[in-house]
Amino acid sequence: MRISNQDYAQMVKKASPPTRVAATLPGAFGIGGTICLLGQMLCDGYTALGLAQRFCSTAASCTLVALAAALTGLNVFDNIAKHAGAGTLVPITGFANAVTSPALEFKTEGMVLGVGAKMFLIAGPVIVYGVAAGVLYGLLFWLFGT
Amino acid sequence: MTKKLGKQTYLMQRPPVVRAWAAVGGKKEGEGPLGASFDLIEPDTTFGQDSWEKAESRMVMQAVSRALGKLSLSPEEIDCVFGGDLLNQCISTTFGLRETGIPLLGIYGACSTIGEGMLLASLLVDAGTVRRAMAVTSSHFCTAERQYRFPLEYGSVRPPTAQWTATASGAVILEEDGDQPPYLRAATIGVIEDLGVTDQNNMGAAMAPAAAATLSRFFRDTGSAPEQFDLIATGDLGAVGSQLLVDLLRRDGLEIQSRHTDCGLLIYDRDHQDVHAGGSGCGCSASVLGAYLLPALRDGRIRNLLFLPTGALLSPTSVQQKESIPGIAHLIWLSHEKEGII
Amino acid sequence: MSALLLSYLKAFVVGGLICLIGQLLIDFTRLTPARILVSFVVIGVLLGGLGLYQPLIDFAGAGATVPLTGFGATIARGVRDAVREYGFMGILLGPLTASAAGITAAILAGLIVSLVFRSGDKS
Repeated sequence: MRISNQDYAQMVKKASPPTRVAATLPGAFGIGGTICLLGQMLCDGYTALGLAQRFCSTAASCTLVALAAALTGLNVFDNIAKHAGAGTLVPITGFANAVTSPALEFKTEGMVLGVGAKMFLIAGPVIVYGVAAGVLYGLLFWLFGT
Repeated sequence: MTKKLGKQTYLMQRPPVVRAWAAVGGKKEGEGPLGASFDLIEPDTTFGQDSWEKAESRMVMQAVSRALGKLSLSPEEIDCVFGGDLLNQCISTTFGLRETGIPLLGIYGACSTIGEGMLLASLLVDAGTVRRAMAVTSSHFCTAERQYRFPLEYGSVRPPTAQWTATASGAVILEEDGDQPPYLRAATIGVIEDLGVTDQNNMGAAMAPAAAATLSRFFRDTGSAPEQFDLIATGDLGAVGSQLLVDLLRRDGLEIQSRHTDCGLLIYDRDHQDVHAGGSGCGCSASVLGAYLLPALRDGRIRNLLFLPTGALLSPTSVQQKESIPGIAHLIWLSHEKEGII
Repeated sequence: MSALLLSYLKAFVVGGLICLIGQLLIDFTRLTPARILVSFVVIGVLLGGLGLYQPLIDFAGAGATVPLTGFGATIARGVRDAVREYGFMGILLGPLTASAAGITAAILAGLIVSLVFRSGDKS
């Protein structure tokens, strides 16, 4: 007896266990919050060391990028991300991991076509659409804002 | 000559004997419930190589040489080998067999490959065309992740329906008729089934309709019933796909739940190993066949087994183009007895 | 001292909540991680452009700058500053100016890490 795609989709939905939001949501909030807290502490630390106020948050973000990249290289980041979900994805650490992990992975295909070409495999769209949105905003601001 | 039954089933007239087999696995497979029954567990899943693809090829070679070793055969004594894997252009098989000199027919059936290979080998052997043929396949978690999903170190989250690609390889050697079980009695060639599942993280659901179609086709073609077989073992439907298979067949009046198992559920301990819905990959069914099913058939602990490796015929490109996932399943009837039932 | 603790608490809670939104998107929609990242950056540019993100940064500090929405807001700020300074050319100069440090750091870190380490098995 044939079954329609719609009926089968219902069966699949019933048979598939749902995501345990009781674990994912606290994980994302807790770990994501902690990363931001760390960012704030770094920011305050850089200020205390005499870095100009306007650079401290950039410096803090870059430190988090370096930290996330190092943890990716040490094969640790994905184990944290497993519990954190969006908690490590959404902060700048997720961007760093998205750049570092393909670079690391495609090392076996060489430094140019492997590491160099594949580095922005996942993170590329973030820059593409971030810049595109920026240009659009810049155009509007130039036309109407000044 | 093999006798064709119904639309898709081939009944062996001089059932080929499964003479030797080998199962090779990685660390996680070694930690699973069948770990002790593998011929070789390599805790270092790089297999001493400098890339994951080379590691998988090395694993294929080890499965082949272990199977040959059990019969003290040299590669020249194998008439032909059917082999394939998940990687683009089936490079694990090609590079794994490169040095052997065995005449190769490369095949692709995704995770159903071991079934496809055994099916083709048995047809040639039963026809008397070749005396001794081999089937081999493999999968490696790290090569599959690279090709189908994300870089290994990318912090992604797997939903509960996702399955874990087994790092494993299996090889079997079929010979023309002898008097030593297990025997390969019949085979059913599967058709592509696609009920519109698009979720790459729910492959069991995508493949269950193909398994259901092949299984009910076998019963119809042969006039047999599930009760006549001790065990029905699907390839890698996992927890979700297994449930769906039972439900789909129940709609057609076939009750298999009490005698159904799935290699993806046998290879890992889902309570203690982080594999979500179970194992998957070409090597999953092929290694469970070698580590558990074939020994049990030889010793008579299982007398009649319907073995159905299941494959999801998707590619990263088809997924990105929003295509649904077609499934396929080939059936192999393995028996402790040379005759009976049909 | 309590002002410092309060600023930490604000960073934690606001940052956590932004991540929570991302997790809700993962769990309840079928958006892939890459799409979520793109969405957050574009939303950040939008909110930054509308001037709605700066108050959140003033309130929560790193809680607002560390998530990728903050990266988007940085792009918007860079564009605005560049257009003010250079006029039309600022549209092209701006987007990557303010975000240059983050991108350069990621490229550099990715390159160094890939030279030193290799990816590992997950079993």
